Amino acid sequence: MREAAAAAIAVEGLHKSYGSYEAVRGIDFEIAAGEVFGLLGPNGAGKTTTVEILEGYRRRDAGSVSVLGEDPERAGRDWRQRIGVVLQSSAMYQNLSVAEHLDLFAGYYERPRDPDEVIELVGLAEKRDARVRTLSGGQRRRLDLGLGLVGDPEVLFLDEPTTGFDPAARRAAWEVIRSLRTLGKTILLTTHYLDEAEQLSDRVAVLREGTIVAIGRPAELSGESPPTEIRYRRDGEEVVVSTHEPTRVLHELTAQALAEGCELEGLSVRRPTLEEIYLALTEGRE
Amino acid sequence: MSLFVHQLRAEQRLYWRSRELAFFTFLFPLLLFVLLDSVYGDNVIKGEHVKASSYLLAGMLGYGVASTAFAGLGIVLVLRRESGILKRVWATPLPPPTYLLGVIVSTVIVYAIEAAALIVLARAAFGIELHTRWLSLVLGLLLGSLSFAALGIALTGWIRSGEGSSAVVNAIYLPVTFLSGAFVSPHEYPRFLEVIAEVLPLTYFIRLMRDVVLRNETIWSSWESAVVVAAWGLAGLLLSIRGFRWTAREG
Repeated sequence: MREAAAAAIAVEGLHKSYGSYEAVRGIDFEIAAGEVFGLLGPNGAGKTTTVEILEGYRRRDAGSVSVLGEDPERAGRDWRQRIGVVLQSSAMYQNLSVAEHLDLFAGYYERPRDPDEVIELVGLAEKRDARVRTLSGGQRRRLDLGLGLVGDPEVLFLDEPTTGFDPAARRAAWEVIRSLRTLGKTILLTTHYLDEAEQLSDRVAVLREGTIVAIGRPAELSGESPPTEIRYRRDGEEVVVSTHEPTRVLHELTAQALAEGCELEGLSVRRPTLEEIYLALTEGRE
Repeated sequence: MSLFVHQLRAEQRLYWRSRELAFFTFLFPLLLFVLLDSVYGDNVIKGEHVKASSYLLAGMLGYGVASTAFAGLGIVLVLRRESGILKRVWATPLPPPTYLLGVIVSTVIVYAIEAAALIVLARAAFGIELHTRWLSLVLGLLLGSLSFAALGIALTGWIRSGEGSSAVVNAIYLPVTFLSGAFVSPHEYPRFLEVIAEVLPLTYFIRLMRDVVLRNETIWSSWESAVVVAAWGLAGLLLSIRGFRWTAREG
């Protein structure tokens, strides 16, 4: 028996190739029950492949995968009672209304949430009786989210849930996801928006070319590796000092400047933002 | 069972709300019947000594099954697959066979209504003399719609895009409908076309309909026709099991 029996999702040594292309090249992670976990990475990093293996859509080539204690490749329909899925692209019946969709999908589950409550939650109350064909892209995406929630799942997979949203809609969607978190749902979220991963996730794994290049709390990711940059101008030339000991270096610099009686022009001290770290990670620079 | 009824209700709603689908698969055969019958319903079929009207009724029952069960169902499933609806549904606890059964039974219901409308129209508007064995008619309609539905589902395995689905399906079922004698009697065709017609399932379904609706024959006394339709249906079923997909092929 493994120690992490409480893990809602466990992935070990996962590999998946399409022909000669290796989409996922040996990844490991665990997601605890009630955790919001972000898979962050650019397009083609292997996020969707990973999630679709966990959802049971794709077969893996190697490795072990467990979602709520079951192997998604073999799990039955009962397992699906406990899983919610929001796919990357919205797909719905053009001629059914918002409420009809939620009623239809609620009917597939043994213990669904109240459809009207879900409509309220995803902010579609005003569009309750509107047919899907008349909804905007953002509204469809919110309906998608609602359809993923209506079964009241324990584990929810969200594949790029806010791609294409305007900032206001994105914040609204974030609120919905946060409210799910307070309900104790385990959420696996993929995104290529850094702020989204940072805002919502307890932990983030950064994926690049099918491998995890960093994993941890968002604050840890920006806290550890990259050095702080100290910039100033001297004799009209820009000087950049990168250091892991900014306090000491800065102290020496300023002491020296004071002693010499000159000004460190344009002095700035900055830590790279999470965005820069992310870009460095995903572009393969160090 | 209640899950099935739940799905079936949604399918019926979806069908009747989709005007294009309802027009081309449900209404169009009725309109065509009225048109063709008005034009040459009074002609006498060569060698048969019956009015063309009665031939047309059986032909339109055949055209109806091809357009609703084969073409309509096939196109709908391809569109749902390519747009990702099937993939989305597959992620829910709804058993996939229940979903498909809902779609198929919904199609059978639509076709049953269409067939009833054709028969009523034939009797009331065109005065076609019916000698119908009702039980055999019901069994025949069921056999035909299920068989053509199986063929329609089998066909989805060969269609790769939603945009192309109507074109491919039309390119198959319109010539087949014509060759099978839905619009004119195949006796008037050149020999080589007649040979092709002799293997098509729709030829036999139309023959079966003619026997049970107009000639007071039972499905048992016309068993050869019924067997050919069933054999095609069975082939369709096997191909469907092999080739039906819930997700679009990756680019």
